[in-house]
Amino acid sequence: MSDVLLTVSGVSKHFGGVVAVDDVSFELKAGEIVGIIGPNGSGKTTLVNIITGFVRPDKGRVVFKKEDITGKPPYHITDVGIARTFQMIRPFYQLPAYKNLIPSLFSPRVRRLLGGKYGDRDAVAMDILEEVGFERDSSVPYKSARNLPHGYLKRLELGRCIALRPEVIILDELFSGMSIAEVTSTVPIIEKLRDEGIAIIMIEHRLRELFQITDHVLVFNFGRKIAEGTPEEVMNSNEVKEAYLGSEEIEEEETAC
Amino acid sequence: MERRKERIDRGVKVRSDGIYALNSYREVFYLAFPRLIPILGLLVICPLFSEYWKEVFVSTAVYALLAVSWELLYMGGLISLGQSLFYGVGAYIAGALNAYWGVPPILSLPIATLVGGVFCTLMLLPVLRLRGIYFAMVTLVLPLLLSRFVEATRILGGTEGLTGIDSFSSQWVAFYLVQVALLVAFFGFRRLEGSDYGLVIKGINDNDRAIMSSGINIYWYKTQILFMAGAVGAFAGAYGAHYDMFAGIPGFALDYSILPIAAAAVGGMGSFAGPLLGAFILVPLSEILRALGALRIVFYGLFLVFAVVGLPEGLFHFIRRKYEQIERWVEVDKG
Repeated sequence: MSDVLLTVSGVSKHFGGVVAVDDVSFELKAGEIVGIIGPNGSGKTTLVNIITGFVRPDKGRVVFKKEDITGKPPYHITDVGIARTFQMIRPFYQLPAYKNLIPSLFSPRVRRLLGGKYGDRDAVAMDILEEVGFERDSSVPYKSARNLPHGYLKRLELGRCIALRPEVIILDELFSGMSIAEVTSTVPIIEKLRDEGIAIIMIEHRLRELFQITDHVLVFNFGRKIAEGTPEEVMNSNEVKEAYLGSEEIEEEETAC
Repeated sequence: MERRKERIDRGVKVRSDGIYALNSYREVFYLAFPRLIPILGLLVICPLFSEYWKEVFVSTAVYALLAVSWELLYMGGLISLGQSLFYGVGAYIAGALNAYWGVPPILSLPIATLVGGVFCTLMLLPVLRLRGIYFAMVTLVLPLLLSRFVEATRILGGTEGLTGIDSFSSQWVAFYLVQVALLVAFFGFRRLEGSDYGLVIKGINDNDRAIMSSGINIYWYKTQILFMAGAVGAFAGAYGAHYDMFAGIPGFALDYSILPIAAAAVGGMGSFAGPLLGAFILVPLSEILRALGALRIVFYGLFLVFAVVGLPEGLFHFIRRKYEQIERWVEVDKG
């Protein structure tokens, strides 16, 4: 299970004068959960956008299973097996929840994987929704997305990813806006995906929950990867403390004022 | 005590889209009746009118084809201000085939439909990445550009156009051909809309990022609907060329672009029945108003304004709501 699925090497991106991502490299192995943390504006989402083809990097390469996918269009990147959720969720509000999964199930990737015998897409969609915690026998999966609470919509996004049968899943702040109970019930779903051999990248601000399920964390600040390692290593790193709490010099200046 | 309007859905139970639990003929009729209206209306009731009105209904059907084609593009988030591109291209292809090589309508219509669809798709392919108003601007310009091109190069009869094109063998053939074509396009597109394919198309309009990150190439899907809409529009043009025995620059006129949009606005966007209904209101209305002479356009314009202001959702959605729901006043306690 230690084969490398995704390699990001030396990726940089700047928007005008702002360096959003600066020379970032990392590897992702099958069955691994990598957490990415960092203050707001540190380039985490831009990195995801680069990997998934929504943003073309200025420099560097993204390689997925020996295929160079740098700058390929998003649908191609999903087609080879990288699925993502969006930080700003925008489901198809007027559709019932289970119908939100239909585009994923209708995609060339899923049709290819199932070799034409996909059967009833609605039924498959219901199975997946049950997997992400929608109560099958209730009216919840039939409610239009407009009427669902935020936590369900977040899990609907996760379901949309699972429907694609991906090898890599990138979760962009999945836990944000979820209640503690919802997070607690979502964690086992992610762990189950990991145990099935899917590689997962999680961008999170909720560190406690993240550190429960990941053993490898990357820390970003101002577009650069400033630390990498286990949660304990990362939390003890001075650079990380500075990024999150501010450097001592600044604090001294503030107290001096 | 205060009164409040209560809306209750009418009887038929819907388990999920398109799956009904029917318990009586009454319920079967309830579902079938709205679908029978266009079929019976076009094929049975319209022919009962006089020759003059039958001609009006033929041109109505042509506009309705363009309106239905417009709605398909709208569904996929492509706003077309140039339905006349489809009409003109179809008319010229059928006209040229018939005038230069004597191809009979039975062949020229399908050829013009397919080739016209491909041609229009190719013309719009480079701008498929544009959205909203930017795409609309290009569709507005293309028919103007083509008509000037024909005028300047004097190909295809230049400003005179192609005349002496074969007509249909009889008025009955002509009448039923266009009405059946309209029904096929209408129910075909509706079928498509209800399928998973249609869901993806509507998804592109809603949130193209989500569709792209589902591994679906949205440009390929947009190309497909462009071809379908173009083919239907080109059929309308080819039919029009044979019916009028003429194909020329007027085929690129603004009428063919604006009326489908007006029909969709009056009838109701977001469903294929809306533009169909709108076309069958606007075109006959314009004929009725002929009696008013010069004031015709004034009243026509006023009608459009009142229709759009009074029923912004469109007539069809209004009727459907009234049909599907019982409304009644109930008294509520104000606590």
